[in-house]
Amino acid sequence: MSLINCKNLTVAYEGKTVLSNLNFEIEKGWRVFVIGENGSGKTTLMQTMLGLKKPLEGKIIYGDGLKHNDIGYLPQQREIKKDFPASVYEVVLSGRLNKCGLFYTKKDKQAALESMAKLDILDLKNNSFKDLSGGQQQRVLLARALCATNKILMLDEPLTGLDSKTSAYLSSLLLDLNTKHEITLIIISHNFESTMNLSTHILHLNDNQVFFGTTKDYKKTTYYKLMGGK
Amino acid sequence: MFDILVSMFSYSYGIRAIVVGILVALCASLLGVSLILKKYAMVGDGLSHVGFGSLAIATALNVAPLEVSLPIMIVVAFILLKISENSKIKGDSAIALISTSALAIGVVVISVTSGMNIDVYNYMFGSILAISQSDMILCIILSVIVITLFILFYNRIFAVTFDENSAKAMGVRTNYYNMLIAILTAVTIVIGMKLMGALLISGLLIFPALSSMRVFKKFKSVVISSAIISIACVFIGIYLSFAFNNLATGACIVCVNLVVFFVCWLVAFIKQKVELNKRKKQVVLENKQE
Repeated sequence: MSLINCKNLTVAYEGKTVLSNLNFEIEKGWRVFVIGENGSGKTTLMQTMLGLKKPLEGKIIYGDGLKHNDIGYLPQQREIKKDFPASVYEVVLSGRLNKCGLFYTKKDKQAALESMAKLDILDLKNNSFKDLSGGQQQRVLLARALCATNKILMLDEPLTGLDSKTSAYLSSLLLDLNTKHEITLIIISHNFESTMNLSTHILHLNDNQVFFGTTKDYKKTTYYKLMGGK
Repeated sequence: MFDILVSMFSYSYGIRAIVVGILVALCASLLGVSLILKKYAMVGDGLSHVGFGSLAIATALNVAPLEVSLPIMIVVAFILLKISENSKIKGDSAIALISTSALAIGVVVISVTSGMNIDVYNYMFGSILAISQSDMILCIILSVIVITLFILFYNRIFAVTFDENSAKAMGVRTNYYNMLIAILTAVTIVIGMKLMGALLISGLLIFPALSSMRVFKKFKSVVISSAIISIACVFIGIYLSFAFNNLATGACIVCVNLVVFFVCWLVAFIKQKVELNKRKKQVVLENKQE
């Protein structure tokens, strides 16, 4: 059974339909990149898949033992309060909220430290979130998302606004998480080149589902050329 | 100075003011951090004006002011939050609308009934004399509830304050926690209104958190330090109010908070300069070594 199965899905933003008739299945271990123009509803789709918004029509079925609180989420950077007074550890630990009761247990704290280690930010543990660079903040938020899951991460433009070196580093971290730790990735991206390099599957959106399939197949389509692929 | 302290504690109203002051300071500072970071500071301000309106009406009807205000304020907190979540009417203008209306209604009711007297003045700007035995008991009960709920839901309040969408994605019922923050704020305003004055109590919500955010960079340290700052400021404010012949207590406390805010700002400013200089020296040293 697939991890996430969207059937005849219609999603809406503030009451207006942005995407309709979406049909796709995502399997364990895939790296699915969601592409499409600004305002094509990528973020709305992701938020609907997360359960933040209700679908207007259709269904989202979780399979393979996936539960609602098994998903790690990295929101768009402009949704994050960059001047928030919190330590890196406090931010990462808050990713465990879906697993804990009222207070964090030893296991939660251990999980937070482990995910910080995976993203190589253990040395920043006691630093203040607001003093970090953009790339460091992104890694902290990724560690928080990772804390919440060992199955699937949904990332909304994780590489946007980062310099090429940081972006390449973060890309390799993401690839590591997928290959070494078997974490399925669903990523919204505007960077066409990194999308083609990193993805196993592409979901191309524009009012409706333009394309869904493997990256290899996508490269044969006309959309690929229209998007600037060679 | 010591003499004044001793005589303050020798009056039962002085002790009541100190007890209520410390508890309200604690509640307000805990909530203030979230209010500011969630950009709900105006919700607190709007609520306090509504508090004045309900106090005026309660006085006119000759019923217990705090007990009447409490349910009204909780309902208004609910409405204010719903309005600020609704994108069609801009939240801040809706709050301004409600708060000025409540203030106007309060003033009209007062003018028609008792007229502007010393009681009304006290309700607006606070007084150490105003707190009765039953007020103090109500305050103790409610503030214990506020502090307990805050501690129990601390981790969730942090998550909802930092990033609401992610918290929601993790299954946290963010609506409930937003509501919890608003209701606890309403309760805090009610219990602090007589001491601080309806027009000045939002200062108690905002100042301590802002001051400690200048200096501290972790959420937990901000929360703890703003509680300490808040209690200290309230204590000094009540002392000044007592020492200067029952000078408006709320005004004294807010003025003390203002001074502390400037000190914190200065500390942060100097700290920044020192760090900058250190970094510059380091760069120079590294360049020399090369």
